Amino acid sequence: MSETSFVRTEMLAPKPAPVSQVGAIKWMRENLFSGPLNTALTILGVLATVWLVQAAAPWLLHGVWNANSLSECRAIIAAAHGPEATGACWAVIRVRWNQFLFGFYPVDQYWRLFVTFAGLFLALAPVLFDALPRKLLWGALLYPLVAFWLLWGGPIWGPVAVLAGFVILGLLFTALAPKLGVPVSAGVGLVAAALFWLYAAAPIEAALQSALPFALSEVDSDQFGGFLLALVIGVSAIVLSLPLGILLALGRQSDMLIVKSLSVGVIEFVRGVPLITLLFTASLLLQYFLPPGTSFDLILRVVILVTLFAAAYIAEVIRGGLAALPRGQYEAADALGLDYWQAQRLIIMPQALKISIPGIVSSFIGLFKDTTLVAFVGLFDPLKGISNVVRSDMAWKGTYWEPYIFVAVIFFLFNFSMSRYSMYLERKLKRDHR
Amino acid sequence: MKKSVFFGSVALAALVAGAASASTLDDVKARGQLICGSNPGLTGFAAPDANGVYQGFDVAVCKAVAAAVLGDPMKVKYVPLTGETRFTALASGEVDVLVRNSTWTFSRDTELALDFVAVNYYDGQGFMVNKSLGVSSAKELDGATICVQTGTTTEMNLADFFKANNMTYTPVNIADDAEGQQKFAAGACDSYTTDASGLASSRATLPNAADIVILPEIISKEPLGPVVRHGDNNWGDIVRWSFYALVAAEEYGVTKANLEEVAATTQNPEIRRLLGLEGDMGKKIGLDNDFAKRAILASGNYGEVFEANIGASTSIGLARGLNAQWTQGGLMYAPPFR
Repeated sequence: MSETSFVRTEMLAPKPAPVSQVGAIKWMRENLFSGPLNTALTILGVLATVWLVQAAAPWLLHGVWNANSLSECRAIIAAAHGPEATGACWAVIRVRWNQFLFGFYPVDQYWRLFVTFAGLFLALAPVLFDALPRKLLWGALLYPLVAFWLLWGGPIWGPVAVLAGFVILGLLFTALAPKLGVPVSAGVGLVAAALFWLYAAAPIEAALQSALPFALSEVDSDQFGGFLLALVIGVSAIVLSLPLGILLALGRQSDMLIVKSLSVGVIEFVRGVPLITLLFTASLLLQYFLPPGTSFDLILRVVILVTLFAAAYIAEVIRGGLAALPRGQYEAADALGLDYWQAQRLIIMPQALKISIPGIVSSFIGLFKDTTLVAFVGLFDPLKGISNVVRSDMAWKGTYWEPYIFVAVIFFLFNFSMSRYSMYLERKLKRDHR
Repeated sequence: MKKSVFFGSVALAALVAGAASASTLDDVKARGQLICGSNPGLTGFAAPDANGVYQGFDVAVCKAVAAAVLGDPMKVKYVPLTGETRFTALASGEVDVLVRNSTWTFSRDTELALDFVAVNYYDGQGFMVNKSLGVSSAKELDGATICVQTGTTTEMNLADFFKANNMTYTPVNIADDAEGQQKFAAGACDSYTTDASGLASSRATLPNAADIVILPEIISKEPLGPVVRHGDNNWGDIVRWSFYALVAAEEYGVTKANLEEVAATTQNPEIRRLLGLEGDMGKKIGLDNDFAKRAILASGNYGEVFEANIGASTSIGLARGLNAQWTQGGLMYAPPFR
């Protein structure tokens, strides 16, 4: 007798999933054509891309590297691709790249720039990566003086005298801090160091120079330009504005009336005026306040005011970080018996700074790009200043996009690495478990 | 109103600065260097070359003054100044003399408390068009789109010209000369207007230069010249006569090459006074009598400077035009050395 089986004994072979649900088609349906609006946007995007590539690709592909003037470039392109063809004349970059990078720095002294640049990474390494021995941090502290000497040249004893002032400051501070507290001992140290710089540094420097002459050839500030200038202003302002910004942020949170109102005043005033105004102040107004005949280096003036500008922004970014900390953290620090500076150093700042990293790095990237504004006070920034100089040469007059593209690519490299580093830092410092 | 407040404060500051420093000549001699306000990059007039050395038609004036005062045309520090910073830098004493293709105007001469000591180039605003537009006069530009730099006197001159001739135009705003040239070459505007000297150098570097014409109308007067501060007339005299020495030298046929020979043989009393062989010309302005000779030797007489930097033999190829000697129908006219 046969039994009718109402339940299938063998399974059907699995069918492939519908075409619309796998692979590229699925991805496109989900991501590019998920609705009428997205479909329209996709089509528009594709059209825009095609149009851009069509417009730019021949120009890029016809690029010429070996020529000595724009007209030679044009002749080469016309010979290779027909009289109507257009093309990039990268030769302007090949011939003048050193001015875009180093301005008018003497060519036989370029090694000093390379040493300074390599030194920058050596000095930054222990700051950026905490796997390295902490003793290297002393090298980072020495670096600004070394860099200054390498870049501007002159007798080595000038930076040494400046360093001696800092040593005096440090010694007095460590000796007095336990008795007098942080602010007073820092003040005493600063006064002593300032007195040393004003009255003792110059004679000591002269005496040392006559006893042990050791100097690099001097390079004048107006020979600085291009990315050298952007980096000098950008890096000094970044390095100086972070501590200044922290102090301003703490000052703004302080209970002491004068400290608080001064900090608020500085922050609001500096943030309230455009950077261009401050640059004009640096280049024009400061000259009126100084005694006639003194010429105070323009790069230094610009660095000081750009630092102030950046510090005001950093202060507000860090204040945001401080505000994000729960009240309990401050109380816990108090309960442990830490004084104000210990609490800031060990508990508050590490957390507040961690929260503020994206904001701080954004400020730094903005600051670095803002260094191109110095063109308005007659410094040779890479974007406008140097491009203008290069174009004023009849051989290259008429090049338009090439210098801009070159400068943009270099700026992008710097800023993209800053941005990647900040993301690395955020991941590393992540303490919450989500 | 805002403008007059600005000018007023600049003028006040100039007075303070003027009162503070005794004499520019003494300052320059003590420093051993002339500080010359310069354009950061204007083709043919002033720009650092590939080695960072300033070259150009305006730079030659700085060199002549440095040679006259300090005896060495290389003892000049060039301070690049933008259009915004140039007059304040001069007023505040940051530069000794400004030779930055600056137009001599009433308000700059009076309200800004500056002295334009001479005119080293007579410029004027012109128009450049493509031949295919079929236009032979600026008066036929009714309804055209015109590339013009914003925030400059160029823009105002353009508006005045079209209003005076009852015509209309569409401005295409550009930020600087490079952009203007690029826009014009790409056909974004029918005509590009700027100073005629700038048009000539732009035209020379366009890919289709042969198809481009510069229209005959010059719609503005732009006398460009070296500028000093009010209040130090002796210094103004030094700059003025160092420049006029170059103009006079061309008029009398004294060149860099033949100067020594002329000095040894000439009997012309005017040339002898110019070259310091007669009279005490240099002493009267606080220099020695060879000052003009050194100024001429710095980069040649006016005509040589013109030819070397912007003249017909260069790729810019400017004609002398108004800048020819008065004997050749131009405006270059040095007052007598007497």
